[in-house]
Amino acid sequence: MSEAKTVPEASMVPERAQDNRDPVPGFDASSEGGPHALGVGGAEPGAERLSNVEAVRLALHEAMVADERVLVMGEDVGARGNVFLITKGFLEEFGAKRVVDMPLAEASIVGVAVGMAMQGLRPVAEIQFADFIYPAFNQIVGEAAKTRYRSNGDYSCPLVIRTPYGGGVHGALSHSISIEALFYHVPGLKIVAPSTPRDIKGLLTAAIEDPDPVLFLEHKKTYRSVKGEVPAGHFTIPIGKADVKKTGTQATVVSYGYNLHQALDAAAQLEGEGISVEVIDLRSIRPMDKTAILTSVRKTRKLLIIHEDNKFGGIGAEISAMVAEEALFDLDAPIRRLCGPDVPAMGYAQPLEDAFMISTERMRAAMAELVAF
Amino acid sequence: MPQLGETVTEGTVARWLKRPGENVDKYEPFVEVSTDKVNADVPSPVAGTIRELIVAEGETVPTGAPIAVIDEVGAPAAAPSPAIPTDKGGPTPLQQAAPRAETAVLPVPATTQRSNGAAVNGMRVSPAVRRLAREHAVDVATVHGTGANGRVTAADVIAAATATTTRTAPISPPAAVIPRGANEVERPSRNEPPPPVQGLIPLSPARRLIARRMVESKHAAPHAWTMVEVDVTDLWAWRMAEKDAFEREHGLKLTLLPFFMFAVTKSLRAFPLMNASFHENGIEVHASVNLGIATATDESLVVPVVRNAEERSIRGIALAAGALIDKARRGKLGVDDLSGGTFTVNNNGAAGSILSAPILVPGQAGIATMEAVVKRPVVRNDAIAIRSMMNVCLSLDHRVVDGAIASGFLADLKKRLEAMGPAGAL
Amino acid sequence: MAKTVTARAALDRGGLTDEQLVAMLWNMLLQRQLDNRGFQLNRQGKIPFALGSEGHEALQAGAAMAFVRGSDVLVPYYRDLGLVLGVGITPLDLLTNMFAREADLSGGRQFPNHYTARDRGVLSISSIIAAHCSHAAGVAYALTYHGGRGRAVLCSTGEGATSEGEWHEAINFSAIHKLPIVFLVQNNGWAISTPQSSQMAITDVADKAAGYGIPGLICDGTDPIASYRAMKVAMERARNGGGPTLVEAKCYRFLAHSTDDDDRTYRDRDELAKQRADDPVPKFERVLLEAGVIDDDGLAAMKADVLKAANDATDEAEALPYPSVDDMTTHVYAGAAYEPWLE
Repeated sequence: MSEAKTVPEASMVPERAQDNRDPVPGFDASSEGGPHALGVGGAEPGAERLSNVEAVRLALHEAMVADERVLVMGEDVGARGNVFLITKGFLEEFGAKRVVDMPLAEASIVGVAVGMAMQGLRPVAEIQFADFIYPAFNQIVGEAAKTRYRSNGDYSCPLVIRTPYGGGVHGALSHSISIEALFYHVPGLKIVAPSTPRDIKGLLTAAIEDPDPVLFLEHKKTYRSVKGEVPAGHFTIPIGKADVKKTGTQATVVSYGYNLHQALDAAAQLEGEGISVEVIDLRSIRPMDKTAILTSVRKTRKLLIIHEDNKFGGIGAEISAMVAEEALFDLDAPIRRLCGPDVPAMGYAQPLEDAFMISTERMRAAMAELVAF
Repeated sequence: MPQLGETVTEGTVARWLKRPGENVDKYEPFVEVSTDKVNADVPSPVAGTIRELIVAEGETVPTGAPIAVIDEVGAPAAAPSPAIPTDKGGPTPLQQAAPRAETAVLPVPATTQRSNGAAVNGMRVSPAVRRLAREHAVDVATVHGTGANGRVTAADVIAAATATTTRTAPISPPAAVIPRGANEVERPSRNEPPPPVQGLIPLSPARRLIARRMVESKHAAPHAWTMVEVDVTDLWAWRMAEKDAFEREHGLKLTLLPFFMFAVTKSLRAFPLMNASFHENGIEVHASVNLGIATATDESLVVPVVRNAEERSIRGIALAAGALIDKARRGKLGVDDLSGGTFTVNNNGAAGSILSAPILVPGQAGIATMEAVVKRPVVRNDAIAIRSMMNVCLSLDHRVVDGAIASGFLADLKKRLEAMGPAGAL
Repeated sequence: MAKTVTARAALDRGGLTDEQLVAMLWNMLLQRQLDNRGFQLNRQGKIPFALGSEGHEALQAGAAMAFVRGSDVLVPYYRDLGLVLGVGITPLDLLTNMFAREADLSGGRQFPNHYTARDRGVLSISSIIAAHCSHAAGVAYALTYHGGRGRAVLCSTGEGATSEGEWHEAINFSAIHKLPIVFLVQNNGWAISTPQSSQMAITDVADKAAGYGIPGLICDGTDPIASYRAMKVAMERARNGGGPTLVEAKCYRFLAHSTDDDDRTYRDRDELAKQRADDPVPKFERVLLEAGVIDDDGLAAMKADVLKAANDATDEAEALPYPSVDDMTTHVYAGAAYEPWLE
């Protein structure tokens, strides 16, 4: 399974453009450890090599140690340690008051967390699979997102809702859904979907420290398959900032989640054929990084948005509209979206799942076609 | 190694339940595997004999890696069979994803697409290309396209702008304006080297004159504009019926232009104010209709005039116009050919245009264009029919005529054109 | 004199002093007056909307008396006009809210009767019925998070809310964790036009408590002292770590649901008249007069003061400015930035 390349934030990469004839780092940066893979200075001291799911765990653990207002709550997070073992051992270490096995009731998993947050705690609520989030829709959209606004700043809701999403794991109709399009429309809510261990660690910490409600999306297919370096100690990545994971000149690709790693793979293949594609990891869905996208599009003049979620009304639509509004006269080709089909969900049978998920080959072909337009 | 669990990527052989040489039934557990999600006994996929255990107890391997070899009962002993079906890309056709029929992923640049900005030579031009072309003063029509289907890309424009020698093709004029003072007309010599694309292009005398007269025209006359759509289906049919014979007889191509000029002449007679000139002391309505024909030459625009069109038949107009245009091409137009015009027509449609807003020849009250003939669905008798449609555009001097007269003139012209058909006589 | 002594002895005041009894009456009178004022202003065309709480005065005054200011937390619903007055929301707060002025606690953003006052322990609510119940459970959890005791949450709803799944989820969670919370159900028999018989198969909402393993109390919601007594027991139990209680206060809703509702389409006028005979406000006036806690002059003066307080608040609130449109984009998030596209 391909693994994640962790490239530090754009601010750590020197201002001059990367030489695209350098060997493009694969998904695992730490094995080569070359300066281009990790930015200036090579491997950071004390950095740990973690998978995505381990990065989630580390961020949670660190937050719970640092701030005793932080607690985790959800189904099976206590004794079971979460169905992906993210909170394994937490109950023993932090006690039942701070690691709460919630009843099977998603609306109140979030609702109770909202009340806790309004009263000064910092709850991290978990929805076991994003597909189960619908009963909590009002509490997220109608309550958490509006608390500060409707009380004119009297109350706030510093709540994090974590949930694994996405498919390609034989999850079928109720364990594979992407939900970002349902929620990114909502003012008052923040949404992040980091794809690499370092980004997960930095953004989950930032989310927990954020004074507003944050929906934290974790692509389950990347949980164990994506690994990378995570610096030791406390650090945050600002919510709202994308990250150029690979620089290029002939087209801009914007993606996130599992697709991001596939896009990097496809871009690496094309690099070998002399085609240079820039890949932006969106990381943050609300707010979204306008500057990063426009800077790249103005350079390459072509934009391809890739997301696993259904195409109609997916976040690619908003990105397309923004770029058309702001950079129409920089575009040398129509904006292209490569997305999931507009069917309710991916089927359980392997061919159905494969047909829904976007293959790396389709990405490669779409990139090549766009560059050639 | 099977994938036990949705996101598991590796497994550990905890304990072998069978040894090499032992028999195993189909579905009988033969190994205990542990992952960080579950521990499980793994049933054998086949009935047979254990030949080899590849992975030692306690060893961890990625999912999909071979862990044992079992000789299947009935299979040749030499052929190793995979112990465990891998989770992806297995040999059975069921596991292969059905290839998706890919629809065209990007719109092919072509004029058949929705109108989305001006087309140049039939190819649509992206916003970036238009902007870059304007910024770098590059004529897109002259740039070699390296994009899909020969599309001119932004990179092509930039390359063209920085190229040191480029030959430009003649530019089709949107309107032709030449002053009355024929002595000022200069026909540029063909021996001059083509102007370079970049940097400053010096003004030829003709270009200088055209520029001055265009400005004069626009300054002096308040231009108004109107248009009609004309159903030329029958007219076209008539032209098609006549053209072969005409060409045989006269050695000239028969286009729609003489038909148009004939109808214009008649309409001008019915609306004499359109055939007039503005003066400070009065509006001069001309006695005869002298129709100018906007014509492009290699380096310039000229408007030769067919005098007394009101006395000519369609055939007569065609012959007169043909002769003038031929002279223009050979650079042999004389002063008489270029003066005395009272109204001008422009066959703009030849280049594919369907709308234009021409600039008046100074001293004239109107200039009419024939745009491209396009087959379009229209409503006739409350049903959809495919008809050949041609727009006729009119710029007018609003000091001389107002909209009512101009519209009346166009309506009359439209009626005449639509009434012309194969039953007529040239 | 003897009659007075007999009357005093007969009054079961639930441990309350004269001062406290008068305070409850004051609250009831003020609630009635301000509640009616909302309808008056609406019928005058001055405010677009008002909700009625006539009939709830007794139980809300009693509940407020059992609430400890500065310590307990109130999670109200939209008919709790008297209850919020009782815990420290002022008549001016109420009127600026009705007039949607900038000085309103929510800055003119919220509907009438949707208050927010963190400094007085009043939680901000939405109009989504029973969504606040989960919040109340979360607040209660936070109150004991650091191991403390002595504070309770009062979560208030009507009987219609008890059909919502989240009401059930909130009680369930509270019961599992023995949270310091009281679920007060103000059963006035009607959820807009839906009578209780269409809302549930049972007569006493308190019967639902057993399903969660918590005690359920019924009290006469038209008697402020009885309501106080029941609420005091429940709030004390919560503060002392005894866990949640479900208190059903039975009362009657005299007005339509709101100024947009016409209850003549679904309610029988005779039934309404019969219930009016048991109007809690004149009833408690009579009780206090007969017990000698107040006299006629005192009552008249109280009513005059209530009217003046209502009028003063109305006049002052009406003169205040509307919120500035420039404030539309504040408090979307912490800090000034609210745009979804980050430059």
